[in-house]
Amino acid sequence: MIPGVDGFMYPNEVELQWSLLIVLYPYITGLVAGAFILASLERVFKVDAVRPTYRLALLTALGFMLVAPLPLQLHLGHPERSVEMYLTPHRSSAMAMFGFVYLWYLMVVLLVEIWLEYRADIVHLAQTTTGLRRLVYKMLTLGSENVSPEARRIDDKVGYIVTLIGIPSAFLLHGYVGFIFGSIKANPWWSSPLMPIVFIFSAMVSGIAGVLILYMALMKVEKMTIDMNCLDTIAKYLFYTFVIDFSLEMLDLLHRTYEADESFRSLDFMVHTRLWFSHVIVQIVLCTMVPLAILAATQVWRFSEAHRKTLYALSAVLALIGIFAMRWNVVIGGQLFSKSFLGYTSYKMEFAAREGLLPAIGLMILPFLIVLALVKLLPPWVKGEAREV
Amino acid sequence: MEISRRDLFKIGGKILVLASAGATLEQIMGAAPAPEAYRRADHWWGMIIDIDKCIGCGSCVRACSNENHVPSGYFRTWVERYQVEEGKQPIVDSPNGAMEGFPIHTREGIKSFFVPKLCNHCADSPCVQVCPVGATFVSPDGVVLVDTTYCLGCRYCIQACPYGCRYLHPEKHVVDKCSLCYHRITKGLTTACCENCPTGARQLVDFKNPNDPVHEFLRNNKVEVLKPYMATQAKVYYKNLDGAVR
Amino acid sequence: MVLLAGVGVFLVVRAAVIPKDFGKYGHYRPGALDMVGGLPISYAGHSQCALCHDAEAKMHDAGKHAGVACEACHGPQAKHVEAEGGNPPKLPDVANLCRRCHEKDAAKPKGFPQVDTVAHSQGMLCDTCHQPHSPHL
Repeated sequence: MIPGVDGFMYPNEVELQWSLLIVLYPYITGLVAGAFILASLERVFKVDAVRPTYRLALLTALGFMLVAPLPLQLHLGHPERSVEMYLTPHRSSAMAMFGFVYLWYLMVVLLVEIWLEYRADIVHLAQTTTGLRRLVYKMLTLGSENVSPEARRIDDKVGYIVTLIGIPSAFLLHGYVGFIFGSIKANPWWSSPLMPIVFIFSAMVSGIAGVLILYMALMKVEKMTIDMNCLDTIAKYLFYTFVIDFSLEMLDLLHRTYEADESFRSLDFMVHTRLWFSHVIVQIVLCTMVPLAILAATQVWRFSEAHRKTLYALSAVLALIGIFAMRWNVVIGGQLFSKSFLGYTSYKMEFAAREGLLPAIGLMILPFLIVLALVKLLPPWVKGEAREV
Repeated sequence: MEISRRDLFKIGGKILVLASAGATLEQIMGAAPAPEAYRRADHWWGMIIDIDKCIGCGSCVRACSNENHVPSGYFRTWVERYQVEEGKQPIVDSPNGAMEGFPIHTREGIKSFFVPKLCNHCADSPCVQVCPVGATFVSPDGVVLVDTTYCLGCRYCIQACPYGCRYLHPEKHVVDKCSLCYHRITKGLTTACCENCPTGARQLVDFKNPNDPVHEFLRNNKVEVLKPYMATQAKVYYKNLDGAVR
Repeated sequence: MVLLAGVGVFLVVRAAVIPKDFGKYGHYRPGALDMVGGLPISYAGHSQCALCHDAEAKMHDAGKHAGVACEACHGPQAKHVEAEGGNPPKLPDVANLCRRCHEKDAAKPKGFPQVDTVAHSQGMLCDTCHQPHSPHL
């Protein structure tokens, strides 16, 4: 009897191939896409209320975007060969094509948009700082130092177009990750046309929740007042997105249960046993139904400002945990059952190994450190004064 | 000097006779004909497996492991034992891939049989489809191979294979799987598993060879591939495969 | 402009760095075919064994084990052949070897010779009575 295995698994299936790091990867790219969609709410959909978080959302997206390839590099058997994905990409492989989507999104959308948004400030900072900081800002201007109203109007216009292109790009970014799983016919837990859509909406939930928490945290640290109108609006969008995400996931569940195909019995048993805690208790009950109830309550009843802040923060934290649980249940869950539908294995997570818990924790902390550094380098707000839009 | 046509014929005729005599002599003497170079386009490899002949001895598993230096605990081929009781889920086991056969006796009185499994060398292979860099591929002669100098070890192909035939090599950190003993079949030998199967349950076949037994096999028997609904164009055909086999 | 220049540079570098003839037969490095095809062989095969072990081969080919490869019991012997008789193999472990095929089991095909080895041999090794190369009594 093989330890950790119940029933029968094909001999090569016993060991899980995609570990915690591969759970982390869609989580991080999801935060990127979600944060960007929130930013685009203001820019393209003219939801002025969320303007105060526009720059923060962009910086959050960038911070997480820079960390996203790291879990993959740690996972690869030969990370030094990863450049092959750009040299000889296999056009039929979603993973290969994703490499270009990632590159496009990082270079053309995120960096360009951030640069355009901040350009006037960078020029100003280049003129007012000294020493090393001055050099950094001067480099960041990329030689373009014209800050006349005319030039700034062009910045605005181009920025608008970039955001416009950016929205489908963000959907593509995370939709692709969903497709990487959703297109695997060998795995019935993954194979679904809904997978990219579910991934996109859960990404939006995590991204919006992430920016909400970061905004609240940063305002507290910088000792600035939170714009409640902004916060209320973000919470509202979090609620709407969450409703759609939950509906999609319930649709998937309903469809599976109703059709009850060959895989159903095996998957159902897996959810009831090995995934009971992470899927039902954490993902569905604690981290979807509870925040949905809280957010719904705030939409229906009037709470005081202090109460709303607490409720929003709680919902956002639960949402962030819940979306992580969702990634875990998809990636790990998809490997716990045998493709013979006759058995189950277990995931033996290591701690201080290459793909263990310790590097995973490090990789989750790193983006926040990067965002903090970015916030110092490219301040989203001017202290004390309301920003002139 | 002018050569008349008559002379030409005489000379030509003599040369011809001499040449053919020489050739015949060579044949009679038993000199080896020039070795035929292996032409990939002339072959399209697969395998046929007769369930009724398999005795679950595990010779194929041991042979493959030795021939291809398969790391312990991983399997390029393995044998499963099915114990099918009416109205119940089949009980399936494969102790260490059947490397030492099946030491624990099968239950009496119910339907039971052995199923050798390996990479099906699918013509429309989902594992090849998902490889991001082209490290795994279908060769021109129909064998799905892994380029170990190019594989990144991303393991997408392992996830995409419906049959569970791939694994990550624990030392080389690249993906490994049955290569249909490509290094043997391109030299006129058969695979290690087929060579060492004592009952002839496993047989290497070449669909492009008109004299290959596979054509009669497919014509005269009830055959099936594993998971036909996956539409992978698998090239390993099983005779008398029971519906309980996953 | 910068983007186009970047793409241009990338393409030039790529042409220099990708493996030779990549894509010739399909999306892979054609050198891999010869690389895999050139791996060393471990099982020499009956015809190689027969070159020296003529007597055993004749007995084997005339008996019930004619369909069983020499190396199925004796293990891979390509090194032994290359060493022209050096590297002699260890004799098989009779106690476990015969049992793997011939132990009676419900899953084995009915016509296949199988016995309850403990009852059948009464503690003796199989080759006490059976000549392995031609085992039928």
